[in-house]
Amino acid sequence: MDWTALELSLRLAAWTVAILLPVSILLGRTLAFRQFRGKALVEALVMLPLVLPPTVFGFYLLVAFGRSSPIGQWWQSVFGSQLVFSFEGLVVASVIFNLPFAIQPAQRGFEAIAPEVREAARCCGMSPLAALWKVELPLAWPGLMTAMVLTFAHTLGEFGIVLMVGGSIPGETKTIAIAIYDRVQSFDDHGAAIMSATLVAISLFTIAVTFWLSARVGRRLS
Amino acid sequence: MALEVMARARAPIPLDVAFRVEPGELLALVGHSGSGKTTLLRSIAGLWRPETARISVAGKIWLDTVARLDLPTHRRRVGMVFQNYALFPHMTAAQNVLAAMDRPDRIEAERILDLVNLHGLADRKPAQLSGGQQQRVAVARALARRPQALLLDEPFSAVDRATREKLYGEIIGLRRHLAMPVILVTHDMNEAQLLADRMAVMEKGHIVHEGLTADVMADREALRALGIREVAAMLPAVVAEHLPTGLTRLDVATGALFLPGVASPPGTRLRVRIIAHEVILSKLRPEGLSAQNIIAGRIAQIVEGKGPAVTVHITIGEDEILARITRRAAEQMGLQPGEPIHAILKSMSVARDHVARFPDQG
Repeated sequence: MDWTALELSLRLAAWTVAILLPVSILLGRTLAFRQFRGKALVEALVMLPLVLPPTVFGFYLLVAFGRSSPIGQWWQSVFGSQLVFSFEGLVVASVIFNLPFAIQPAQRGFEAIAPEVREAARCCGMSPLAALWKVELPLAWPGLMTAMVLTFAHTLGEFGIVLMVGGSIPGETKTIAIAIYDRVQSFDDHGAAIMSATLVAISLFTIAVTFWLSARVGRRLS
Repeated sequence: MALEVMARARAPIPLDVAFRVEPGELLALVGHSGSGKTTLLRSIAGLWRPETARISVAGKIWLDTVARLDLPTHRRRVGMVFQNYALFPHMTAAQNVLAAMDRPDRIEAERILDLVNLHGLADRKPAQLSGGQQQRVAVARALARRPQALLLDEPFSAVDRATREKLYGEIIGLRRHLAMPVILVTHDMNEAQLLADRMAVMEKGHIVHEGLTADVMADREALRALGIREVAAMLPAVVAEHLPTGLTRLDVATGALFLPGVASPPGTRLRVRIIAHEVILSKLRPEGLSAQNIIAGRIAQIVEGKGPAVTVHITIGEDEILARITRRAAEQMGLQPGEPIHAILKSMSVARDHVARFPDQG
């Protein structure tokens, strides 16, 4: 059992969720409530990672993050390390790759709030921020929670893009999914089996907790 | 302290109105759907902005498109009751009321809930309340805002008839607590006549008739704009006794009315809505009729319109009722202003929800 790889995967998933939670609130809410030019384009862009092969997506990220790219150079000058083949680079890639899994459910969560309920919040004297906190977030919560759980579980299981952008550096970019692949390649079926089972157990547990929580929220609202 | 509104817009709905509502006054905005009533209400609340508008309450300007002044909704002291109530589903009744308060105060919230007869239901979620109870929470929440204008958008349309009848009584009972201008949007003429002091009839974004409720409801032309023939008057009456047959005797200035299903105790002062085309006129007091209600009065005036019917205004003591009869009948009977007349009314022609208390009673 490669505990380092598991710890790395969990850490990557936690960072991805932490960054995507505010992003999905902002972007999901905007897409749900606002009409603007180019909205369809933004929605399409958000969905793009879902249909592109991880290799294609990973290739572009590799080019974009590379030492010769503006983003890569900027990162190098600010943080003094390179973005590709590093944990930070993996987090950025993971955030982008998980956009559809976070934004979509968040957007549906906000869309489920009746327009009059939001108007009622304003008529009750709530500022936009107060309305977000007291009315919108509690009501969009099931969608937001689905978004975060999907992101978490999906990050744990991601393989292709991690391999492309991160390589397989132990303790830095070698996640559990990569570790399993390595074990299989070196005919360690026993190790691969244990790690696979662990990953299944964690994913199943995460999703079961979500279902249990959303059932509770459902009861709270009815 | 009045609410003054001037609003003009071309899209999405044409709008061109100017009106004023005094503090404590209830104005009913009536008209077909699509006539602009709800849009107008939303403009006052700041949920929609007309191209040109000036809205002020108690001298404070909420919106002035010329001066580029536009107070956002949450900074307008407005109480709004939405058609489907729009309660916060994750909050209890008390939390809904507290959410509208500047300084949340549980005791005050419960006092307001008591005011709308929701005692003991403070900790229920909206989904655990009936339609009528949800409407009361919505009213309580609007009042908790301490509004300078109270806006009611078809607040009775989502409840059944029996509940509506009760809620009318409660709104009338609340009136003495309502010191602010109140606007009620409705398409129900009975509702408007029972509850409103004044009425404004809207058509295609314009106010085509405006005046005291009794005057608008007696005006055929005003009602034609609404596509109804329901000219009607409100006759004050006092509950006299409940008869074992299920009828209730009400005393009016010159006689008695027998109506079914009046629940109020003897001594209660009521207003009964009498629809003009249900009234039969007779010069002599008729005998051997099945109709139970024969009230003596005097013809005040006969108003002719374009159609084959006329509206006869009949004075009953200090009050007035209306009768719609054909011009032919009026001519054959030789009806003249000043002459005595008997108005005949079937007991069953007065619907249960056409009887309401006076606003000044507790």
